[in-house]
Amino acid sequence: MTTDLVLAITIGGLFACGVYLMLSRNLIRVILGFLLAGHGVNLMLLSVGGGFVPPIVGEPANGQEVADPIPQALILTSIVITLAVATFLFAMAYRNYILTRDPELDDELEPDEVADAELGAGEE
Amino acid sequence: MTWLLPMAIILPMTGAALTLVASRRPRVQRAISVSAISLQLLVELVMLFQVDRNGPMVMHIGGWTAPLGVTLVADDLAALMLVVSTIVSLAVLIYGISQGIADREVGPEVPISIFHPTFLILVTGVSNAFIAGDLFNLFVSFEILLTASYVLLTSGGTRERLRAGAPYIVVSLLSSLIFLVAIAMIYAATGTVNMADLSGKLAVLPDGIVAVLQALLLVAFGVKAAVFPMSLWLPDSYPSAPAPVTAVFAGLLTKVGIYAIIRVQTLLFPTGSYATLLMIAALLTMVIGILGAISQSGIKRMLSFTLISHIGYMLFGVALASETGLSAAIYYVAHHILVQTALFLAVGLIERVAGTTVLARLGGLSAAAPMLAILFFIPAMNLAGVPPFSGFLGKVGLFEAGVEDGRVLALILVAGGALTSLLTLYAIIRVWGRAFWRPVPEMSGLTVESDALQTESGRSLAVRRRVQRETQRRRAAENASHLPIGMVGATTAVIAVGLLLTVAAGPIYGLTDRAAAGLSDRSNYVDAVLDSGVPPPPGATGTTDSTGTNGSTDPTDSTGDGG
Repeated sequence: MTTDLVLAITIGGLFACGVYLMLSRNLIRVILGFLLAGHGVNLMLLSVGGGFVPPIVGEPANGQEVADPIPQALILTSIVITLAVATFLFAMAYRNYILTRDPELDDELEPDEVADAELGAGEE
Repeated sequence: MTWLLPMAIILPMTGAALTLVASRRPRVQRAISVSAISLQLLVELVMLFQVDRNGPMVMHIGGWTAPLGVTLVADDLAALMLVVSTIVSLAVLIYGISQGIADREVGPEVPISIFHPTFLILVTGVSNAFIAGDLFNLFVSFEILLTASYVLLTSGGTRERLRAGAPYIVVSLLSSLIFLVAIAMIYAATGTVNMADLSGKLAVLPDGIVAVLQALLLVAFGVKAAVFPMSLWLPDSYPSAPAPVTAVFAGLLTKVGIYAIIRVQTLLFPTGSYATLLMIAALLTMVIGILGAISQSGIKRMLSFTLISHIGYMLFGVALASETGLSAAIYYVAHHILVQTALFLAVGLIERVAGTTVLARLGGLSAAAPMLAILFFIPAMNLAGVPPFSGFLGKVGLFEAGVEDGRVLALILVAGGALTSLLTLYAIIRVWGRAFWRPVPEMSGLTVESDALQTESGRSLAVRRRVQRETQRRRAAENASHLPIGMVGATTAVIAVGLLLTVAAGPIYGLTDRAAAGLSDRSNYVDAVLDSGVPPPPGATGTTDSTGTNGSTDPTDSTGDGG
């Protein structure tokens, strides 16, 4: 299998941007980053299945090159999962916005136990 | 009996669907989810018995045979994990239900209509992960359980839970992406994702490629299992969730990661590469985790750190890559699932009785709630590895395997393990001493009052404090006497099963030995998966290559069995 440079660079670029965005505290950026990185992975799966050759339709003619259908099946599954997770993330971002009026997560809202200890057990 | 195999997934999945339909009827929901998981446990017990007797159980879904189709496989390891995890899920479910019932009198804290379906989906994902026969199915089950865990972790949608849940979600998403990349690369290199098929095909690849593939998988699973450099997400996210959710996460989610590491290390990469790296990671996980635990001011965070720390023990057993090491690691996984869940459930009870889990505010619980003290003390000592509990037996097994291995690093790990065990005891004793044995500390509310009372004489202040302390003790005692029976019962049940690991240590170690032997000698597993295309074995030898007939006979057979 030949390696396609353009495809490789695209996948790498999607990944880099995606991961960079996911490290943000802004939930909208996290979602965008996850979608980008998800596309990167899907593209990678696609390239695994033969790159730019046509998908399988019926019986392939003699000598005709067709793409491996298994990675495509995997991509379908992965797209569905990405969609489900993205839905959840959107709901979370919305909920966070309702609570804080801000797309970013709270700065220093620590779990109960840390906060309590730091306040010297402030309130009941 | 292979029709039992998919039941472990179908039952909780169907339960999830039904509870979603019945989301307006909490009583129906409860009945459905408890019976679904109980049935699942029953099925899995039968399965464990069967598998232990007749070797791995295999099912090709839809009749598509091994390398192509989705394969479900249960060997000794998978069956044991299924049984233990379902016991824990059932106990946590009952605990959660009875907490929910009791909480509704106080206020609508637990969103009951979402809890049941989500919890059942989580259980589905965990079970599916244990019996997945190919990497992609493993990925899908990880996603199932993770997505359910996101919902459970942020349930209620308070600011605090969103803040605590977001890092967990981002880290999990990244690790899932890495896993998917690993799958893509493995498929590119070998043309298959079936694990049994891979075990042969990876062996002929160049070392460099195998090293990359293995590293990707180990990183992906290492994040899920909370192995040291990738473990920092855990103590920040777990403690803020409701008690039963934290308990089931602590018991099951990291162990699924460990299970995946065990499976991949033994089945796909049996050459023992990366053993040194894994040992160092195990050592760091143990020691740094427990140092974190010692410095915590709250019980939940302390337990989250001990959870990370003890992942190191299991990794240690895997890294040794010997049969004794694996056997001890599997025993330790079973032990740790039970004991860590029991501890988190007990902490949920403490929170209920005392109203807090912050050490500075706890005290006098052994007098106020002696029953609770026992429920905390037994799993705590078990975790620390005090004989004769199962924690001790697991650690002894691991140390024996380490000494048997004889490498310097293995011996250092044994020493590190012993140190960690002692420090765990220290961390636990610290909690015990403060929360249970010392007198009730002065409440913070009182210190504020005492400022105002400075003009009063010291004597009347002392009297007042004593009265306050007495009322607090009495309140705790009253709370303790009103603990819902389901919560106490579920906690007791998990502890009892944990003790069973001690009492029946002989047979169970026998089982883990057989599981480890099955992992070391891969041929059993591989043959079971690849040669079981035709259900009736006699006469199959002649027609193994005629996949067409296999494909057409299988579905009828499986439906016949299922009906």
